Amino acid sequence: MRKKAATLLIPGPRVGRSRWQTAFADFDWVLLFLVAMIAGLGLLNLYSATYSTAHSVKFTQQLMWVSLGTLSYFIFTMIDYRSLQRWTWVAHVGVIVGILAVRFFFEAVKGSQRWIMLGPIRIQPTELAKLAVILTLARLLQDWDERIVDKRTVAYSIAALILPVLLVAWQPDLGSASLLGLIMLATSLMLVQTIWPIIVAMLTGLAALPLLWERMHSYQQGRVLAFLDPGADPTGAAWQTSQSVKAIGSGQISGKGFMEATQNHFNFLPEHWTDFPFSVWAEEWGFLGSVGLLMVFLLLILWIVNVALHAKGKFGQAICVGVAAMIFFHAVVNILMVTGWAPVVGVPLPLISYGGSSVLTIMTGLGLVSSVSKRRREI
Amino acid sequence: MPLIGGHKKNSQALMLMRERLRYLIAVVFIAFAILVSRLWQLQVVRGEEYFRQTRRNVVDTKMLASVRGKILDRNLEPIADNRPAFNLYGKAGDVDEEAFERISRVLELTADEREKMQARIETAHKRKRRSAILLLEDQSRDRASLVKQESHLLPELYVSAEPYRHYPHGRALAHLVGYMNQITANELDEREAEGYEPTDLVGRYGLERSWESYLRGKRGIERFVVNAKGERIEGPDTDGLIEGARFVPPVAGHNVVLTIDLALQEHIEKLLRRRAAGAVAVIEVNTGRILALASTPSFDPNVMTGHLTREREAQMLSDPRKPFIDKTLRQYYPPGSTYKFVTGLAALKESLVSAEEPLSCTGVHKQGRRVFRCTSAHQKVDFEEAIQHSCNVYFWKLSERVGIDSMAQMARDFGFGEPTGLGLNGDTPGRVPTKQWYEERDTFKIGHTLNAATGQGDVEVSVLQLAMAYAAIANGRKLFVPLLVDRVESAAGDVVVQYEPQLRRLIDVTDESMNFVKHGMWRVVNEPGGTAYDYARSDMLEYAGKTGTAQVKAMRRRDDDENLKDWHPDRDHAWFAGYAPAKDPEIAFVVLLEHGGSGGKHAGPVGKAIVEAYFEGRVPGDETEGEEP
Repeated sequence: MRKKAATLLIPGPRVGRSRWQTAFADFDWVLLFLVAMIAGLGLLNLYSATYSTAHSVKFTQQLMWVSLGTLSYFIFTMIDYRSLQRWTWVAHVGVIVGILAVRFFFEAVKGSQRWIMLGPIRIQPTELAKLAVILTLARLLQDWDERIVDKRTVAYSIAALILPVLLVAWQPDLGSASLLGLIMLATSLMLVQTIWPIIVAMLTGLAALPLLWERMHSYQQGRVLAFLDPGADPTGAAWQTSQSVKAIGSGQISGKGFMEATQNHFNFLPEHWTDFPFSVWAEEWGFLGSVGLLMVFLLLILWIVNVALHAKGKFGQAICVGVAAMIFFHAVVNILMVTGWAPVVGVPLPLISYGGSSVLTIMTGLGLVSSVSKRRREI
Repeated sequence: MPLIGGHKKNSQALMLMRERLRYLIAVVFIAFAILVSRLWQLQVVRGEEYFRQTRRNVVDTKMLASVRGKILDRNLEPIADNRPAFNLYGKAGDVDEEAFERISRVLELTADEREKMQARIETAHKRKRRSAILLLEDQSRDRASLVKQESHLLPELYVSAEPYRHYPHGRALAHLVGYMNQITANELDEREAEGYEPTDLVGRYGLERSWESYLRGKRGIERFVVNAKGERIEGPDTDGLIEGARFVPPVAGHNVVLTIDLALQEHIEKLLRRRAAGAVAVIEVNTGRILALASTPSFDPNVMTGHLTREREAQMLSDPRKPFIDKTLRQYYPPGSTYKFVTGLAALKESLVSAEEPLSCTGVHKQGRRVFRCTSAHQKVDFEEAIQHSCNVYFWKLSERVGIDSMAQMARDFGFGEPTGLGLNGDTPGRVPTKQWYEERDTFKIGHTLNAATGQGDVEVSVLQLAMAYAAIANGRKLFVPLLVDRVESAAGDVVVQYEPQLRRLIDVTDESMNFVKHGMWRVVNEPGGTAYDYARSDMLEYAGKTGTAQVKAMRRRDDDENLKDWHPDRDHAWFAGYAPAKDPEIAFVVLLEHGGSGGKHAGPVGKAIVEAYFEGRVPGDETEGEEP
């Protein structure tokens, strides 16, 4: 058994192995394969979605973000995830500051403040918040498990965890807020010994929904209402969804073929690179293609759960479950949304939707999982 | 921390997590199953329908108007033609309330134009919001250039130069040619399959209406790809989307060539225009071809075609002279003395009188307690003299011998009481009363027979019927179906359909009897004492005719009729019917002046002018027209 300090960054040289071999010892190739597959398909789809439009620059941008995300993936694979425990609160506070900064210092887009503008780069702290919350929650579960915290600290920690959810809802970004809540909920349900307090908290949250409705912008309320009664406004919010549903359905079994999506190319699909890339995918590749993509997502989620099962310690387990939940909820909500079974709440499809912050967050999260997986045999 | 204990605790926690993860995995599987079933529903079950919908989303079609066929007279002079016009188009979806007001202001639209535009936008909202529709047709050059100049103010509009229906001779032949106006919603429902569009004009009256299918031609179709904003997209990636041809060129409509002689027609209309209301028919006696058919007052089809204002329409509809009614076909009148040949021929046929037998006229005829008055006391008159002087008593006496039913039989033989077969503008049967007809309504009295004998009472004929009958007298005994359309030609000039003269029947009278009638009619015009001699005798040629002055049931002038010059609804109808030349006749004519007064005095000169106009510069009989007899 080696000392913890030795594993802080890149593992030290082992006898009989080269540095390169050591770096890739126990490397999770399956995870990398699944992630690369989804990211690759995402880029392919974005190329088709923005090809020969005014948005074609988005493909290049996304390519850059995916590269950056890949870099992050490898860096976090090499870092021992356990060494991050001490940094979780720093990240958490940083994200909260970021969200507040967005609220007070940057201009609103579509009535909602979501971006930090750093020159040409726009950062969405809400996306990063998902990762910070997973890490903080993992840290809390680890500390609780090791009995090194008292109940008061736990109470403060829970409050600190709920704070970003409320702030995001205040932006207002209903989709992200509920996703943050769902990720925390799922992770807690898996790893907390007694779960009834969580269920009580969940019911309280549900009771607070009407208050949230009051806080929502009229366009958000419109989207929800349009979802509940799609016939009411065919060119407004429901129009987006009905065009998306048509696009998906028109793909039929085998699809119209790569770059042949008419709904997409003639601008019938709104925001097809952020909220509706799955519609483009489904229109071009049909039922077979969309189910194929779903299967890759399913395999990825199951694989991450598998990593969680083999992880040592609550911190690693919580990270895996959290990241799995993040990918799962994003994918399910996004696809329900584009198939007309959920209101359009602006939830991206992981690695398929255009968006730097989202790609960076997901890739980093997956890098952490990779790190956990790589260290599954270590104690 | 003890290693064993820690391990135990870890393994307990691990088991707990495994158990819960099983639920998590179950939830994940269920969620993905839901997604897959949703995709199955959308892509497999309903996929085909959605596929069609997305095709409809991007493929738009534009109907290309065909050039409407012309209507030509016998010398190929156009009566209905096309000229370039500026039409204003826009998309219903673009013209909201603000835009509508702005357009009205900039173009200074009238209330009528606003109303028309409003209605079209509303119709289009239900059908096609994203495609351009016709907003206002046939705009002035000034307004068209205004739209182009002020395009920054009127971005919703564009101008398109397209062929528009035009009637170069204005009112000439208006009732027969008809006019066009916008298709109604009901018609559109019925005819949408034929390619009609909500803003299409359709033939509304006359030939424009009944020959619509020949004149219209075939629309072309252009299919193209549009994006979500309705903007047209070109390029190779649009190729696979369009099923069928991208461009089907329109086929021009057929031209309809009439038997009408436009020069004669216009001359007649000019003669009639000086009268308040009336009608004229001129027929080729050996073919039944219509040379002229005029009804006054009439309307300008150029105004009726897209430029009729509410005000003008109301004015025309309230005119007591009924300018929209074709008085040659649709309206029927008591024929008066022009009908006496029927009574005469019926009597000759039954040998109830010989032409030489004189009957005496004292100026009155007593029938029971009623006294029927003649125009004067004609003393002793034979058949020809009775026609010449239009002696009522003579024909009353004949009718008492013949009876109303034999007269009705002869009338029917001449085509009265049934439509002429022209098949246009509601060609009416008129009325030939019989004994049975009266008994069905009330009781039959001998007075009815006397009235029928002189074309009064319940006898009613149309101008065209009378003209066909006079043509039959002129040609001996051949009753023709009136022929208005000579042929249909393709736009390139090839004959598509040729219409030959059509004999309706040979009238069952002897040449001898007919010659008495013809000679009597010659005397009407050419012998002193004839009812038309003083007013209608021509130095140019000898022709034959018969006057008629039909009494009308007493009608009082309405107050607002004061405005109408020469309109006296209490006056008699003036008739003059005949044929020319007297020997080897070529044409038959009928003149009716509605409430025009006396047949000889008022209608006679019009008849003479028509005959002289037709034969002007020609020695009658010297030159045959090259028409088959």
